[in-house]
Amino acid sequence: MSNVHLRKLCITLGGNQVIRDLDLEVKEGEFLVLLGPSGCGKSTLLHSIAGLIDTSAGAIEIGGKDMSGIDPSERGIGMVFQSYALYPTMTVEKNMSFGLRIAGLPKAEIARRVGRAASMLHLQELLQRKPGQLSGGQRQRVAIGRALVREASVFLFDEPLSNLDAKLRAELRRELKLLHQALRSTMIYVTHDQVEAMTLATRIVVMRAGEVQQVGTPSDVYERPANMFVAGFLGAPAMNFVSGELDAQGRFGAGPLALQLDAARAGAQRAAVLGVRPEHIRIEAGAALAGTVALVEPMGNHQIVWIACGEHLLSSIVQDTRSFAPGAPLAFAIDAQRVSLFDPDSGRAL
Amino acid sequence: MNKRVARIGIYVFLFSAALFFLLPLYVMLVTSLKSMDEIRAGSIFALPLAATLEPWRQAWSEVCTGAACEGVRAGFWNSVAITVPSTILPILLGAVNGYALSFWRPRGASLLFGLLMAGAFIPVQVMIYPLVRLLAAMGVFGSLPAIVLVHLIFGMPVMTMLFRNYYAGVPHELFQAARIDGGGFWRIFAQVMLPMSAPIIVVAAIMQVTGVWNDYILGLVFAGRDNLPMTVQLNNVINTTTGTRLYNVNMAATILTALVPLAIYFLSGRWFVRGIAAGAVKG
Repeated sequence: MSNVHLRKLCITLGGNQVIRDLDLEVKEGEFLVLLGPSGCGKSTLLHSIAGLIDTSAGAIEIGGKDMSGIDPSERGIGMVFQSYALYPTMTVEKNMSFGLRIAGLPKAEIARRVGRAASMLHLQELLQRKPGQLSGGQRQRVAIGRALVREASVFLFDEPLSNLDAKLRAELRRELKLLHQALRSTMIYVTHDQVEAMTLATRIVVMRAGEVQQVGTPSDVYERPANMFVAGFLGAPAMNFVSGELDAQGRFGAGPLALQLDAARAGAQRAAVLGVRPEHIRIEAGAALAGTVALVEPMGNHQIVWIACGEHLLSSIVQDTRSFAPGAPLAFAIDAQRVSLFDPDSGRAL
Repeated sequence: MNKRVARIGIYVFLFSAALFFLLPLYVMLVTSLKSMDEIRAGSIFALPLAATLEPWRQAWSEVCTGAACEGVRAGFWNSVAITVPSTILPILLGAVNGYALSFWRPRGASLLFGLLMAGAFIPVQVMIYPLVRLLAAMGVFGSLPAIVLVHLIFGMPVMTMLFRNYYAGVPHELFQAARIDGGGFWRIFAQVMLPMSAPIIVVAAIMQVTGVWNDYILGLVFAGRDNLPMTVQLNNVINTTTGTRLYNVNMAATILTALVPLAIYFLSGRWFVRGIAAGAVKG
């Protein structure tokens, strides 16, 4: 097990600077998720840690050792790819043992490691099959097994569940979490799926256009987003944003939508964007704010009610089975303790 | 009704086209089975009255190919001796080239590939004289290694392109996974890439075998007296100016010479078309 330390890392691909001066510390035993939209540089970053992409400046340290110029196979890493990347002509067993055979490990040791990985991933029955005879979920298990047998100190996952259907994805997600609990090794996981990030991570790194937006535990990032991008990227439906004015008494106003915030939020009068999570809007009779029902989306175990309030459209999660008629007036309240405020120009949290 | 007429039209066209292309083969086949008397007496389209394999025997083992009169047999084995290494070596080298260009992307890879492809468009005849001088200087001119080397050189652009395009379709992640597993250049080639290249190896082999077997000019120039391929010997058989022209023997010798590529076309038509398509799409 090792930590991973990135210092002032720069990566240039085809003349474009994809990553600039990135600093990141991954602690030993941590499950760190790199989250961001496609093209934000998260995969590039992972590939550079693996040594598959050259860095143009800065340093990568794994377990305290500088990795510049060190071959991918010597970095003490195991990697799982989105497309599984199994060797199509080799059996499952040969796929998993390929790296160990190259390293020249004794046969007994190879058999022990493959057996252990196979039993952890329920692959014992499939050892003599070829990848073409496996389902998507089984293939990804083999790919994980191939990383496991290396007994690496750091595991890298590059969107490993993206090619699977929703049910399998949830199943393998749980297996990965159990695996991390059992192994306690350092894992770095790239995804654009916020559910994977929230459920798996001990810490999330939200990235955008090659820059780190926020690093924190899932609840940190969800409850206290550092800027509007992070706030909007996490959560479904997305956080509601309302542009308005904040006065010296800590009162936020935007047309018919007015809200008294914590005294701590008070300061000079200024323009601000209010961020409200849908679950922090309560629809109840006699509440202070008035609006009309614009749209109802039933989700089975809850429903999303879209509220029109002046020119604003707010989503609200309703956990009960009340029925709402589009166009009907309603009263709602916003949990002032749990809102976020952003600067309208920089997008940063106030 | 209209559709049916159109369909009949298509079949009429296809049958007449097939007939047109098969007619020469038919004439060759029936003529090779007739005696000379029968050829002189009858129409060239007539079926043989007394079919005989005698012309085939003569063509294979008795007809004069220049000074020697041992049939095209010797030429057949010469062609085999030329074709086998001239197929295996270009395929291996082309596979390594394509693999290196696709996965290792050396500096200037696309320029290198562009130059190689430009080589494919220069007519062979332009390069013959410089190659003769080069091989003579190396002291191998007029030998089996010389002709194999020449086929290796001229096969390289197409072989490289075939494998490069094939490997371009292999996910790059597979290569990266092998790198993380500790594979080096040769190990990834031999243990990961080559075993999954069977389809394109078949295609490359078909193209190279037919190309080398059908070659005339390179064999004539570079192979040397003792290694003249079957095509050259066939030409000697047919162009002998002394005595009567033995049409039946000539036909039999021609079919014998064409037999190898013909067999390959028939046995692997599907693969052959795929090979042409593989060369046609993507650059």
